[in-house]
Amino acid sequence: MARIQLNDVKKSYGDVNVLRDINLDIQDGEFIVLVGPSGCGKSTLLRMIAGLEPISGGDFMIDGERMNDVRPRDRDIAMVFQSYALYPHMDVARNMGFSMEIRGDAAEERKSKVAAAAETLGLSKLTNRLPKALSGGQRQRVAMGRAIIRDPRAFLFDEPLSNLDAALRVEMRLEIARLHQKLGATMIYVTHDQVEALTLADRIVVLEGGDIQQVGSPLELYERPANKFVAQFIGSPTMNVVPVEGGAGGITLAGSKLTLPHLGDTSAAVELGIRPEHIDVVAPDQGMLKAVADVVEHLGSDTNIYARVEGIGPMMVRVHGNIPARSGDLLGLNIQPLNAHIFAADGTALRRADAIAA
Amino acid sequence: MEGRAVIARATKTVVPRRPRARRSLYLQYLVEPFAYLSPAIVLIGTVILIPLIIGISYSFQSIELLRPFDSGWVGFENYAALWSDRKFWIALENTFFWTFWSVSLQFLLGLGLALLLNTQFFGKRLFQALVFLPWAVPTFLSALTWAWLFNPVIGPLPHWLADLGILSEPYNILGDPELAIWGPIMANIWFGVPFFAITLLAALQSIPGELYEAAEIDGASAWQTFSKITLPFLAPMIAITVMLRTIWIANFADLIFVMTGGGPANSTQILSTYIFTTAFRKLDFGYASTIAVALLLILLIYSLIVLWLRKKLIKI
Amino acid sequence: MPAALRRSPAATVAKYAALLCYLVFALFPLYWLIKIAVTPDALVFTEGTQVIPSAVTLDNFRTVLLQTDFLSYFGNSLYVSLGTAAVTTLVAAAAGYAFSRFDFAGKKLLIAVMLITQMFPLLMIIAPIYKIISQVGMLNSLTSLIVVYTAFNIPFATFLMQSFFDGIPKDLEEAAMMDGSTRFQALYKVVFPLTLPGLGATLGFVFTAAWSELLFALMLISKNDAMTFPVGLLTFVSKFSVDWGQMMAAGVLALVPSCLFFIFIQRYLVQGLTSGAVKG
Repeated sequence: MARIQLNDVKKSYGDVNVLRDINLDIQDGEFIVLVGPSGCGKSTLLRMIAGLEPISGGDFMIDGERMNDVRPRDRDIAMVFQSYALYPHMDVARNMGFSMEIRGDAAEERKSKVAAAAETLGLSKLTNRLPKALSGGQRQRVAMGRAIIRDPRAFLFDEPLSNLDAALRVEMRLEIARLHQKLGATMIYVTHDQVEALTLADRIVVLEGGDIQQVGSPLELYERPANKFVAQFIGSPTMNVVPVEGGAGGITLAGSKLTLPHLGDTSAAVELGIRPEHIDVVAPDQGMLKAVADVVEHLGSDTNIYARVEGIGPMMVRVHGNIPARSGDLLGLNIQPLNAHIFAADGTALRRADAIAA
Repeated sequence: MEGRAVIARATKTVVPRRPRARRSLYLQYLVEPFAYLSPAIVLIGTVILIPLIIGISYSFQSIELLRPFDSGWVGFENYAALWSDRKFWIALENTFFWTFWSVSLQFLLGLGLALLLNTQFFGKRLFQALVFLPWAVPTFLSALTWAWLFNPVIGPLPHWLADLGILSEPYNILGDPELAIWGPIMANIWFGVPFFAITLLAALQSIPGELYEAAEIDGASAWQTFSKITLPFLAPMIAITVMLRTIWIANFADLIFVMTGGGPANSTQILSTYIFTTAFRKLDFGYASTIAVALLLILLIYSLIVLWLRKKLIKI
Repeated sequence: MPAALRRSPAATVAKYAALLCYLVFALFPLYWLIKIAVTPDALVFTEGTQVIPSAVTLDNFRTVLLQTDFLSYFGNSLYVSLGTAAVTTLVAAAAGYAFSRFDFAGKKLLIAVMLITQMFPLLMIIAPIYKIISQVGMLNSLTSLIVVYTAFNIPFATFLMQSFFDGIPKDLEEAAMMDGSTRFQALYKVVFPLTLPGLGATLGFVFTAAWSELLFALMLISKNDAMTFPVGLLTFVSKFSVDWGQMMAAGVLALVPSCLFFIFIQRYLVQGLTSGAVKG
């Protein structure tokens, strides 16, 4: 159980700053997911927490104790690697019990703990096998078993599911969620897959270009993204962002005016963001915007329409359920004003002071 | 030395931040590699680099163990002597001949062997072990074996060569100034083909198989596949291997020293045997080092030319 | 090329003929060496060029082992080669590990220096080394040979070991460190067992190189009881250049250890070079 704090933590290689002034306060038992595009520094940050990568500046604390210069072995943190990093020359049982072997625990104790962990993960029949004789999902379980057995203060996961196929990924995701509920331990999880982030996290940390863009619960990030990057990174399909003219009483979009009273002053707005699921399709002459359907995907539960909007360009619309639209149809589109986001020239989202407080 | 500089720099950047109770991980990351490297650095430094510098300085001195009172700095005297030394020029010419024929024949035969080993056939693993065996034979023993094979008393080669009409009668070609150099070249080919085959085989195996499949689908002939895919892929490896091997063979004195000792009448004397006999027989270290510096310069120019050519010709 | 060779029967015949030629070329000299060694003295001259001897004897081996100094040469060579192989492998493994796992100031320079030592004539330093070693009074000492050979072999052995270490994922050590090991424990428990083939290949390679070195041994060793096999055999040849059978028997004995090592390592050697080649 641990509270993990990062105060102005930095990482640089020579003159290149990979991470700048990272501040993060992770509560005991919290499930934190670090997301971001590749190269954003999320894995580096995780490795710094693990102690595998030296910290260039700032303070890294576990339970109030500064750990910058503590070796990985003394941090009492377990890590599940993307490649699983199972020791190829040891069988499953020895892989899982390796930390106890290093600690010099009695063989009896080791055996019973390994057996218990193997039981939990459904590996009991495989304990004598070498890693090369296991399937991808089984290897993943062994890697998790190796972490569990140590009963560490915190768990780190480095894109643990990226080497699995889609079905297995869903299954293992649930497994990890269950594990967190059962153990109640602090977990830090790195992924580039926003679905994993949204489903697993108590709080998500969005990283980009070496800076934290936003920290918040999945719903917070979805509903109130702090800037254009977060708005477009979180949510699938991606949010539409189109240029607008700002004004004191509302914004002007392709010639028509849209008032957004819940967002307060909109005079600084240069772009409007609207998620595909927050656009309504109406008859061609009734909508605020006129559009032609380019491609229509019928998914059963939803219908995706890739539309060309007059005066704006391409936009994507998602309608719940099945509607009889076809490629080439004329459509009318209405933007749901309460779900609209507006961005200033520097990309930050504009909102009313009290909305931010909430 | 390197290590100490790094420690100093690390201390400067890390220390002023705040007092530390523990040894810095950062410092450890910087120092650790040098802990692993230091034995290698010390050995290479004391046994190779320092003697190398001393060796270059010898070329400007007179150091003859047989005439200990004549020693001292002589400037470029040794080099002047080298310039007018007929034996040096003969040895230089022989070095070219020896190196050129050894390398090209080793390379061609090695390439053939590598191509064969890159196909499937019955008993391949045993074949590979046996055919690479000459490489494991100690060089002095290769030299003796071939010297014996060329000896008409106990070796079959002179008789076979005479039967083929290449020699008028079965005599030892190692005693014939016209032909003697081919003896060591033969031994060198025998000894060196496996090396080329191994390196080229390794390079061949790194060519993705899909390329050949694609070429086959595109209707390429065997020769086209070889010249358009295999060769261009091998080219960088070939350039480096040939370069390193050329240097190695130009330096390789063992075979000639054992088989002919540079004779008869200096017809097989190459620069490296000349260095060795000057140092070993005449104990004239100053002059031996002068020849060595000359050889080093020639090899340096050669490698610069090869590297330049490689850069110009090879795009991958 | 492979496809074409597979297709026509004529090509197949040509391929196997080529394989046979290579095999005969590689093995015939060694066969001849063994043949003369086992031919009885009386038959050496009458059957000098006959491919198969009419009688076979081990007398030559017996004489060489019991009545000459070869056993002592053999022992010296074994001591020097094993010593060199062990020390070199240890030093090169440490250096190769550093090259494979760390980025540090001066890494490129060190690699360049090591490459250069592979390129200049080692004979160039034979005179200075002779003088240095004679000044410290280590001529005719097998230890000085071990030190010199070790330094010569470190660069190549280091690159070989590095390519083996590169083949072991860094994750494994990191996982071990997360599991509570020190770096040394991670090395000993995880990396070391996985690089055994690499260590074997390096040991074998260096052993073979040390076993066959002649010129430095010739220069640094002049006392009979400190002579290594190559030096001993060469002096033997120049002294008794008529007893062919005995010389070749001695030659066969010199061949045995390096061939044994070679057969054991040659598969790993191709492996090591291949992984290096793939890397670029």
